[in-house]
Amino acid sequence: MTVARVVRSRRQRRNAALVRYLLLTVVALVFIFPLVFMVVSSLKPDLQLLRDIASLRAFLPVGDISFDNYLKAFERAPIGRFVFNSVFVTGSTVVLGLFFNSLAGFAFAKLRWRGRALVLSIIIATLIVPFESIAVPLLMLVNRLPWIGPGGFSIGWLNTYHVQIVPFIADALSIFLFVQFFKDLPDEMIEAARIDGASWWQVYTKVIVPLSGPVFATAAILKFLAMYNMYLWPLMVAQGETYRPVMVGLQYFFQLNIAWGEVMAYLSLITVPVLVFYLFLQRAFIESIAATGVKG
Amino acid sequence: MQRIPAKPVPALARQAAAGGGGGSSGGPGRAREALNGVLMAAPAVLLLLAFLITPFLLAFGMAFTNQRLISPNPTAYVGARNFTHLLTLRPLLLDPVLDPDSGRVVRDEAGAPTYPALRTLTRNNPDFPHLAGLRELASWQWGERRLILLASDVVFMRALGNTLLFVLVVAPTQATLALLLALLINQPLRGVNVFRTIYFMPVVISLVVVSLLWRFIYSPGGLLNSILGWLSFGAFSPVDWLGNPSTALGAIMAMSIWQGVGFHMVIWLSGLQTIPGVLYEAAEVAGANAWQKFRFVTWPGLRNTAVLVLVVITMQAFALFTQIDVMTRGGPRDATQSIVFQAVQRGFERQDIAGGSAISVVLFLLVLSVSLLQRYVTRERVR
Repeated sequence: MTVARVVRSRRQRRNAALVRYLLLTVVALVFIFPLVFMVVSSLKPDLQLLRDIASLRAFLPVGDISFDNYLKAFERAPIGRFVFNSVFVTGSTVVLGLFFNSLAGFAFAKLRWRGRALVLSIIIATLIVPFESIAVPLLMLVNRLPWIGPGGFSIGWLNTYHVQIVPFIADALSIFLFVQFFKDLPDEMIEAARIDGASWWQVYTKVIVPLSGPVFATAAILKFLAMYNMYLWPLMVAQGETYRPVMVGLQYFFQLNIAWGEVMAYLSLITVPVLVFYLFLQRAFIESIAATGVKG
Repeated sequence: MQRIPAKPVPALARQAAAGGGGGSSGGPGRAREALNGVLMAAPAVLLLLAFLITPFLLAFGMAFTNQRLISPNPTAYVGARNFTHLLTLRPLLLDPVLDPDSGRVVRDEAGAPTYPALRTLTRNNPDFPHLAGLRELASWQWGERRLILLASDVVFMRALGNTLLFVLVVAPTQATLALLLALLINQPLRGVNVFRTIYFMPVVISLVVVSLLWRFIYSPGGLLNSILGWLSFGAFSPVDWLGNPSTALGAIMAMSIWQGVGFHMVIWLSGLQTIPGVLYEAAEVAGANAWQKFRFVTWPGLRNTAVLVLVVITMQAFALFTQIDVMTRGGPRDATQSIVFQAVQRGFERQDIAGGSAISVVLFLLVLSVSLLQRYVTRERVR
């Protein structure tokens, strides 16, 4: 091979790589431009915001930049309350869900009891029931359920925290992921622990849980995204501002004349923390989505 | 995710234990194991029973009643009335009005034939009892005659049509684009993970946020119009994307694809990574070009992934709600009604639980039959 040919093929390869990077970048712009626009717009007064849309300034934090929109958004709506509600509802559901779903996953994967195969296959079959198709009857159901809490006995779960938490603790997808993961853990470890006199509960806490970090992370991320981003259900069951999560709190900003600067501030406020969280844990996020695929 | 290879040994160990190998695995041990299993599975199973299976069965039950969220009247069984109301469709062929003297077709100023008013047929007309209460859904010209499609629930029919169109457009487009992105990302280039991270970003953002953001981008003075203006050097005239019945649904489709494509890219990627590299090397040795490698190595290896992607996208697309609720609320002129939006409108906003449940049942049966169909079709191809 002559020197000239080596140089040419190297140059060709470099050009091909350049074309690929160009393509990757153009596609990246398509995904990122609305988000840049959102954050940049949240820093501008409405008049400038609308004027800047006509030029590339829409993507640049230039002109009259301030956090005024954020301050105004806080005045317009009890944002602190909404954020607390979202964090509380999402956090409790994730924690309780991880516990009960992994426990059930363990029972299905590693313990022998009559009917477990049948029950598990029914649970997996429910994966094709879209939540949207049971939302209306679920609304009627929870409207008639009793509850005993610190406030005493009551009928009807509307406008509470538990109506946003309890129905979503158990979910078929989490159980399925846990079963798949636990099945692959070697039985010898469990046998050994049992021979050493460990109870089944101890097997779960001392053997299974410490070995299952990845699947807990996957289930936690999927549940976090589903709960934090939930819209239809809290829209139906949390009517007053007391129990509203951030997504439904958005309705405070649907006025006759929408103040877009404030809306963008609110959107940034509830989105950027999740995005930062995602950027730090992006591998775990992406792998958790991939996990739902590989096993299907 | 890490996987631990298959395990022939435990099966043997299990058999030995079951064979009464003594020690802790005897009769009482088995009973205790079963008790523990039931107790550990019980909380999750009972929760699913209460909050998933019960409402699912309730939907079927209440769809045959006149149940309301709060009502002074007792709930009564009404048969299939809710379903016939939702689903009744009748074609009607109208002849033009004839002049009683000449027997010729009466024409308007533009020369088009005139037809009898629909309401003379659908309101209290004893000659057409089967048309009572129906309204026009769509009409076509058939020579001199006019073919009219009548429906008893025009809004629901539009919702059904829009949702089916949404599924038919979004499912294949999103799946294909996601595959292209996955192939683009699945290259041995430095820094490719940065791009993967960016493409996936919209997936972690709430659909509510995305919808509101795009509502602003789609507005007449919005960002999309000005970007199209720059790209065409000012030749493009602004469009009210969401306010125009002919563009609103398309705009929502485009945004939905944008939001969800990264999710399916990741699923395709995990499928791509299960294809052994040896196969590509063999194809290269055999002199295959890029397309042949895709056609004969990549695509066959992605069959299971393809089924999964298609089923998941279809389910997500049938559940179309948030975008509609935030961006258009079904308008303009019912151009963006969707099945779930109608179910919520009736079941929640109008507190007509029975009507909402009937729509939910229709939705579920649609999703079920489409996913069974998809499975059947893809299974046939494997043979």
